[in-house]
Amino acid sequence: MPFADADTFDPRVAWQLNGQVSLREETFGALAYHHGTRRLVFLKSPELVALVRSLSDFDCANDALAAHVAVGEYDRYVAALATLGRSEILCARQ
Amino acid sequence: MPANSSLRTRFERGLAAPICLTWELTYACNLACTHCLSSSGRRDPKELSTDEAKALIDEIAAMQIFYVNIGGGEPMIRRDFFELVEHAVRRQVGVKFSTNGTRIDERAAKRLASIDYLDIQISIDGADAATSDRIRGVGSYDAARRAMDHLKAANFGPFKISVVMTRDSIEQLDQFEALARFYGAELRLTRLRPSGRGVDVWEELHPTLEQNRRLYRWLLERPKVLTGDSFFHLSALGESLEGLNLCGAGRVVCLIDPVGEVYACPFVIHDEFKAGNVRDAGFAAVWTNSELFRSLREPGSAGACTSCGAYDACRGGCMAAKFFTGLEMTDPDPECVFGHGETALRAKRVNLRPTPSPDHSRRVPVTLSSR
Repeated sequence: MPFADADTFDPRVAWQLNGQVSLREETFGALAYHHGTRRLVFLKSPELVALVRSLSDFDCANDALAAHVAVGEYDRYVAALATLGRSEILCARQ
Repeated sequence: MPANSSLRTRFERGLAAPICLTWELTYACNLACTHCLSSSGRRDPKELSTDEAKALIDEIAAMQIFYVNIGGGEPMIRRDFFELVEHAVRRQVGVKFSTNGTRIDERAAKRLASIDYLDIQISIDGADAATSDRIRGVGSYDAARRAMDHLKAANFGPFKISVVMTRDSIEQLDQFEALARFYGAELRLTRLRPSGRGVDVWEELHPTLEQNRRLYRWLLERPKVLTGDSFFHLSALGESLEGLNLCGAGRVVCLIDPVGEVYACPFVIHDEFKAGNVRDAGFAAVWTNSELFRSLREPGSAGACTSCGAYDACRGGCMAAKFFTGLEMTDPDPECVFGHGETALRAKRVNLRPTPSPDHSRRVPVTLSSR
């Protein structure tokens, strides 16, 4: 499995949208606002929004990726999730 | 994260709701800053009532606007200030508010520190009383510093120190940085605009070309200094500054004034940029349907800047700065880093500058009593 950023994002574990984050869908994707860090982040495609929303339904991010993303697009989406992990938009789920 | 160009194009076509909504709570102010964007001073008798303000907050929450920038006037003068802030936070609408600090005593600081999702910006316009008070009035700098002391003592956390860049304050950048460090605060620098009463002082106080170039380099080296996307006209100098780097007026930004009028941005409180009133059909209807906002979301013309290689970086600059200096929307920004704005201004030396529409300035000089 591809690792874009193994230090901060492990797709073998369960992830979810951080409880302190609000998502607002827009035609280009979505705005994500972290109420704790007060940072605004852009999700730059509707597909990424669907993937992010689905994370909580799967036991690990890889399963969510398998369900939503074509194999050839894995690296790109793992990198996007890793970015969201670094900005605490996503958090690992117990 | 910096927007890439295709995302920026989407933003220029407008979003479902603003990203950055400024709401001036009141025109009442106990100071009389010479550059006040909203020509504040006297309360307007038609200001939104507490119930109307709460209904507006509910609508903002329903539109999923994540936070609102509250200003004025001096917002803490409103007797229902805390009630409204607490209502917003309960609705998960974060509040960032700008204040002159005069109402933040020990007790208020403790109350503010107890509220989640709250950011405070305390305004000063110089790193010392002499510089700051020239703009904000005698005693205002010391009052702001007392407010910062109270917030620090109350463990509020990192508040923001907000400074408008004038010909004088821009010479004190390192001192502002040191002051912010002293308080564990964040520094926020914004552009002096010729809006409101600012139209009277802009010519004398706006930074020189050389100062703007220095500011640009200083900001590039300090991506953590906040600017509210104020200085995108300087991005024409090379690498883009942090932020969206576009004029968001009516597209991702707008202003609601104390009487419920909606304007395209905080710097154009003028009839020409009025989109509607929240009292009529609500804020969402104005945001979505106003003719003005729809036209701002149409692809614009680069006008006089068409042949300039830097247009993609600065997008022709700030609409408000052009309007209130008497320039056309298709002219360069009056502070164009290549001097094209100054040339355009010289060509229009006849005084065609519009005057601000609503003016709530006090008719007598203001003195700040010590509390």
